[in-house]
Amino acid sequence: MAAKRLNLREKYQKFTRDLAWEPTYQKKSDIFPQTEFEGIHIHDWDKWEDPFRLTVDAYWKYQAEKERKLYSIIDAFSQNNGQLNVTDARYVNALKLFLTGISPLEYAAHRGFAMAGRQFGGVGPQVACQMQSIDELRHCQTQIHTISQYNKYFNGFHDWNHMHQRVWYLSVPKSFFDDAMSAGPFEFVTAISFSFEYVLTNLLFMPFMSGAAYNGDMATVTFGFSAQSDESRHMTLGLEVIKFMLEQDERNVPIVQKWIDKWFWRGYRLLSLVSMMMDYMLPKRVMSWKEAWEMYFEENGGALFEDLSRYGIRMPKYWEVSVKEKEHLSHQLWATFHNFGHAAAFHTWIPEESEMQWLSEKYPDTFDKYYRPRFEFWRQHTKEKGRWYNPTLPMLCQTCQVPMLFTEPDDPTQICYRSSQYNGEQYHFCSDGCKDIFDDEPEKYVQAWLPVHQIYQGNCGGASIPEVLEYYHLVDGQDNKEYLESNDRANWLRWKGMADTEADREVQAVVNE
Amino acid sequence: MAIEIKTASIEPIRHTFSNVARRQGADKPASRYLEAMYDLQPTVNFHYRPLWDPDHELYDTGRTAIDMADWYAFRDPRQFYYGTWTITRSKQQDVAERNYAFVDKRNLLDLVGAGTRERAEAVFVPLRHAEYAANLNNMYICAYGYGTAITQAASFNAVDRLGIAQYLSRIGLMLDGNTCESLDRGKQAWLEAETWQPLRRLTEDLMVTRDWFELFVAQNFALDGLSFPLVYERIDGELQKDAGSTISMLNEFMNEWYGETSRWVDSVLKTAAAESDANKAQIEQWARHWCDRAGEALQPVATEVFGERADEVMAGLREELATRAKKKAGLDIE
Ligand SMILES: [Fe+2]
Ligand SMILES: [Fe+2]
Ligand SMILES: [Zn+2]
Repeated sequence: MAAKRLNLREKYQKFTRDLAWEPTYQKKSDIFPQTEFEGIHIHDWDKWEDPFRLTVDAYWKYQAEKERKLYSIIDAFSQNNGQLNVTDARYVNALKLFLTGISPLEYAAHRGFAMAGRQFGGVGPQVACQMQSIDELRHCQTQIHTISQYNKYFNGFHDWNHMHQRVWYLSVPKSFFDDAMSAGPFEFVTAISFSFEYVLTNLLFMPFMSGAAYNGDMATVTFGFSAQSDESRHMTLGLEVIKFMLEQDERNVPIVQKWIDKWFWRGYRLLSLVSMMMDYMLPKRVMSWKEAWEMYFEENGGALFEDLSRYGIRMPKYWEVSVKEKEHLSHQLWATFHNFGHAAAFHTWIPEESEMQWLSEKYPDTFDKYYRPRFEFWRQHTKEKGRWYNPTLPMLCQTCQVPMLFTEPDDPTQICYRSSQYNGEQYHFCSDGCKDIFDDEPEKYVQAWLPVHQIYQGNCGGASIPEVLEYYHLVDGQDNKEYLESNDRANWLRWKGMADTEADREVQAVVNE
Repeated sequence: MAIEIKTASIEPIRHTFSNVARRQGADKPASRYLEAMYDLQPTVNFHYRPLWDPDHELYDTGRTAIDMADWYAFRDPRQFYYGTWTITRSKQQDVAERNYAFVDKRNLLDLVGAGTRERAEAVFVPLRHAEYAANLNNMYICAYGYGTAITQAASFNAVDRLGIAQYLSRIGLMLDGNTCESLDRGKQAWLEAETWQPLRRLTEDLMVTRDWFELFVAQNFALDGLSFPLVYERIDGELQKDAGSTISMLNEFMNEWYGETSRWVDSVLKTAAAESDANKAQIEQWARHWCDRAGEALQPVATEVFGERADEVMAGLREELATRAKKKAGLDIE
């Protein structure tokens, strides 16, 4: 008898959702206790369209092939001291930001998708989330293995996860993921799969991966490319999740819209760290933040939301503000990190003249007018009186936790301050976007572990900068401060057999107590 | 020579990450397993209490009765991180694929008597549902457990279980000539047949067990510890009398997987029990309780194949498991 062949779709259905059954000994709501409290109504989990159909055996096969290739390249990279091929040691600071800020989020995604993969009431989304969960573990681990080589030759990487949980600016990425994971499964996937991975991922991966390619970092390029096919699965999951919720019940639409608004803004604020990395930290630049925002958000994102409008979904609230801010974002960030560079786990510097020129060209309306004078002043100051660091602690936004450094959308000379009262206390925000998020769930955001408050409350080793740095495991004089005065640079010049043209320059930098 | 001088001067300034150096007691090169496992999970300074569990932090040691001074004591004897796990599984997957192709091409299943085929179908196919429960249970351990050492291994286990459920489905399709009838019959049996109700009840009870370490003991030690030897050794052995090695070839993955996974399970139990008397007593109590439940749940399945001898078979399996617990983990679960 000729065996009838199941088509891929039928086979996949049998191999996944047919495995589940309607429980009778226990209540379904006890097995999946988190599917209702967020207010999302699901009537039929079977309407879930599997965004990709990958059986486990096929998954092992494809992923193992990728892993074999990737690790053979990582091995070759370390055997050949590939870290010496990057354009300039300044580049490595972008990787420090990546390992301390992004790799821990890959791990958080691993655990968060495990939660979603256990909690969703349908096998379709369970399996998609579970596969993403282990993909994200893969990303975290391949990043550690790649960057392990850099850690052996450069400072700032050595205690990346300790720092991630403590250092002031790393609470920006950490609180972002804590926020998503502490929400329910539907908000989590809206936040991560849709808003972050589908809408904003190009603004994270393009800068780091193309940045790596432009700057001769073959190891990072390799893990980036290797993760790409995983990411395309994650992105399709993001879109399917949104469509599924929107199609299941009309009452889901306003909830989903609210989450899209929130997570767009949260993600956008997180990406402000990437903006400075693109415009200031890459010795060889790929494109400006402004160009990237135009291409990946305004054009691509615009088309996407156009497409979603048939479900009653509109562009995320305050997207216009992001468009106004694109002229300023990276400069304001880098200026802040430059001034607080004694408390950062990477080096900072004033852009060289050619780089200032590039910034002038990319930002003709704003760089020369508002930012170049600042950088030139600081350069002059360093020459005359030594490198200056800001001895105070910045005020942080209660929601995004970025220092209050953003200016009014329509007035780049005024810092933007917003505030709300809750239970007799006043809370401060960097923007209307962050204020709205707080006002919607104040009982959540008052809990935020704000690094500056924590320092004041004595929870970070003490009140002086050396004590706090010790709490951070940030080795003063090695991991932090000015690039020109760094061991990284000295080692680099020695390894590359290059002369230090400024070798006899007096080192004057001090951290003001 | 200039080149020699240049290479000689490119000395690393450290050999591993600081957290790994602290755990090793020295800054010396560390394996890929250790660098990408130690301390990956955040432990402090959480921002918000989970809406779904406001009594705990996002990651919290309080989600189990087991207490450990160091949750990274649960190192995996297999040293699996994503790369080594997936490469290991893909090799096994290759073998499985070849076995399936071999059986398929030579129509070996046609040489097996109808009665034996029916028996094979009746035992193996419904188990794909039990494997799905095992998948969710291990995802639960990954999601709510503490410390990457054990949670990452649980996530691999979870995906392995989905893989096994899919292999069992394939066996069904091979037996029914790709009509899906065996899968439908198997599901019907899982839902309604007397034989399967105690096991289905057990799996549903496990899916509402909240203590993740208890779930680890119940699923990965007690239930797997009795069901895998029952199905893939005893019942497989019984079927061999008529089927030769044909069916065993289809089960090779599961057999090998169980042997390998048991090493991990045993080491987790041994480490937790050695930590304190309280842990040991708690694990023993859980293990006894869930072994009793699993034994009862599997009894009717054993009866399908062994008839009156089922009691003896189950008692033997229970004894072997107790011996394993004693020898490999220092646990007394008689
Ligand atoms: Fe990722
Ligand atoms: Fe992803
Ligand atoms: Zn803010």
